[in-house]
Amino acid sequence: MVSFLYRIKLCVVFIGVLIISLNVGAATSARAVEPDERLADPVLEARARAISAELRCLVCQNQSIDDSSAPLARDLRLLVRERLVAGNSDADVTRFLVDRYGEFVLLRPRFSSQTLVLWLAPPMLLAFAVLALWRRSRHRIDTFALSDSTSALTTDEARRLDKILSGLRERN
Amino acid sequence: MIIELGHFALILALFVGAIQICLPAYGADRGDPRLMHVAAPAAIVQFVLVAVSFLALMHAFVTSDFSVENVWANSHSAKPMIYKIAGVWGNHEGSMLLWVLILTLFGAAVAAYSQNLPLSFRARVLAVQASLSTAFLLFILLTSNPFLRLNPSPAEGQGLNPILQDPALAFHPPFLYTGYVGFSMAFSFAIAALWEGRIDAAWARWVRPWTLLAWIALTIGIAMGSWWAYYTLGWGGWWFWDPVENASFMPWLAGTALLHSAVVMEKREALKIWTILLAILTFSLSLMGTFLVRSGILTSVHAFAVDPKRGIVILAILAVFIGGALTLYAWRASSLKAGGLFQPISREGALVLNNVLLTTAAATVLIGTLYPLALEAVTGAKISVGAPYFDMTFVPLMLPLLIALPFGALLAWKRGDLRAAAQRLAAAFFAALLVGGFTMALVRRGPWLAPAAIALGAWVVIGACVEWGVRTKAFAAPFAETLRRASNLPRSAYGMLLAHAGVGIVAIGIAATSAWRSETVQVLVPGGTMSLAGYQLTFLGAAPARGPNYQETVGQFRVTRNGNIVTNLEPSKRIFDVPRQATTQAAILNAFSGDLYVVLGDAVENGRFVVRVYFHPLVRLIWIGALIMALGGALSMTDRRLRIGAASAARRRSTAPMAAAE
Repeated sequence: MVSFLYRIKLCVVFIGVLIISLNVGAATSARAVEPDERLADPVLEARARAISAELRCLVCQNQSIDDSSAPLARDLRLLVRERLVAGNSDADVTRFLVDRYGEFVLLRPRFSSQTLVLWLAPPMLLAFAVLALWRRSRHRIDTFALSDSTSALTTDEARRLDKILSGLRERN
Repeated sequence: MIIELGHFALILALFVGAIQICLPAYGADRGDPRLMHVAAPAAIVQFVLVAVSFLALMHAFVTSDFSVENVWANSHSAKPMIYKIAGVWGNHEGSMLLWVLILTLFGAAVAAYSQNLPLSFRARVLAVQASLSTAFLLFILLTSNPFLRLNPSPAEGQGLNPILQDPALAFHPPFLYTGYVGFSMAFSFAIAALWEGRIDAAWARWVRPWTLLAWIALTIGIAMGSWWAYYTLGWGGWWFWDPVENASFMPWLAGTALLHSAVVMEKREALKIWTILLAILTFSLSLMGTFLVRSGILTSVHAFAVDPKRGIVILAILAVFIGGALTLYAWRASSLKAGGLFQPISREGALVLNNVLLTTAAATVLIGTLYPLALEAVTGAKISVGAPYFDMTFVPLMLPLLIALPFGALLAWKRGDLRAAAQRLAAAFFAALLVGGFTMALVRRGPWLAPAAIALGAWVVIGACVEWGVRTKAFAAPFAETLRRASNLPRSAYGMLLAHAGVGIVAIGIAATSAWRSETVQVLVPGGTMSLAGYQLTFLGAAPARGPNYQETVGQFRVTRNGNIVTNLEPSKRIFDVPRQATTQAAILNAFSGDLYVVLGDAVENGRFVVRVYFHPLVRLIWIGALIMALGGALSMTDRRLRIGAASAARRRSTAPMAAAE
């Protein structure tokens, strides 16, 4: 079974090599993308790469199909290119894959009721922290002003301060 | 026999740990110095016992004693010696033992080097530290015992995952764990301070060297992991926002924030309550990382549910320590007195901004890492949170941090003058603009934001130089004066300048390699050529070769540039004997402008090979920058004022005359 698949793979690669040799100087691309997968049209190929980087290789751990050399990733890469050649827009291709494999295939989760917290938490946290600091600093400045105007030293405090200062002077 | 000795030592360490918790804690509450004095020797004994048990396990790995289940499952007699040793922590049980070894090492270090700490405080710190090590010893003995025997003993082991058989990865865990676990010191000091209900600037001085040590180790550990991923995973990616990476990155972000807030606390007695909280959070994130990596929950929520024993125990440890610490914090924090006041535009204000951005960043990484797990657990829906999410949320938080960094370092304490700082930085601003413009003219392609990012990195580096110039009055005073001032600058100042410059260098490396990476893939016959980034590669052929425990196919490439031979590169594909698994060994030409990265792909008919070639411009700056950051930390640690144990001596000197004056 394995050797049979391997032979098919060899055939595919061989055909790919033939295609490439006919297309010398075609678009360059790499990562896990095999030479035979690439599209002749550099614009389409660039779009395929951009879409692939956002799609998860479903059987891998945290790898995009653009990075993974798993057979499933290859199938998905070919699928993406097939849809693009058929004239689909980027959004169409993504929608097609989500319909087939679910939201799990997207490395950048879509904004929805399920991902509300995920997307809003970072900016909200930052805003909350800045707001809290701003209120605190205003409060602090108020107390600054307050203490400047009201709290002259009592005679007792002044005496203690003198004592401490003279102690410091002696030390120096 | 030696294995049983190790096992026995581990059990003894558990009991010593229990003693180290109870007696000093009781003694500290009762004010009984005899009981408090138990803490230090107990900490040292506990470390020695864990070390004995660790060495016993290492002995079993080195001598390939396959009657030990752990050795059988993770080692092989034909493995090179270095990987037999590294194999000790290349598996779950052994790595947990290393975790506890480092935990007790820190405890013993406090016992040995912090004799200047007040007795009751030290007793409490060591009791908290012992409660951590005891919990994890219990975890090891109950769920992850590395000393279990097999009967009958197998003749040969199953081998170590080949991907782990690599020099950088062999020593990646010890650094990483020193970082993770080192933050336990800050945690124990924070709990002890809350417990005593007293905290002052001296606390920050006591904690700083330990936190700095942990931070340096974590910085190096993360950089090593990233470097390993870069050359191993076959295309030169250096950061994947993988949950395992995030697990180490979150404590790093929080720990970086902690180092900065501790400075404010030490210099100005401000941010005390916040610093305590940050110390708790930083180590909590370390524990969280350990849970994520060690419970198996990352592979799948279901895998976790099938065999939840380990995960549940770590989760319980997590709940007790984090929950307990935060409860104690909520209860006692209000009794701590708030410290010095400051204006928003001041050194303190800048460090607060640093803390806001770094902790928000850590929270973002935490949310992104845990969200899919939580969502699946609650609703059953499966989503992925990958690199595109983190790029969109994390990077925007780092930009203001880098912009503000040179300003912050130049502002005065309490009340700063932003305009004066801006005037001093004008030269850095124009120099950075020049760098950006020069970059744009040089590359003339790629996203327009990239030169701006390069300029931002340059801004941070040049800003550090300007700060040095301001402090030494370079060009403003006679040369001799500058020289005198330069040699009088404390080492911690140089450490800070160096670490900040390192941040800028990392930023430049990331921007350059992300924006201008180029790649190509071709099928080559022997004699065939391909070219990329001004280099021409000639494929000379591929030949089989034999390594110590693998079979490999080595490709020969001649690299030329403008007709001149630069070097020969030999990328290879390895197939390991046991377990039978393939790895790719990229060949990398390191040039000034970047790395030429060649990977030998699959063989096609008639000696043809798929060949992938990448050019990663300036990518090394990422790791060079990280090393410079670590070096800055190390330099700061050698500062006389901050050396371990120096703080309390200095404190006694400075408070004595005040006491006399009263």
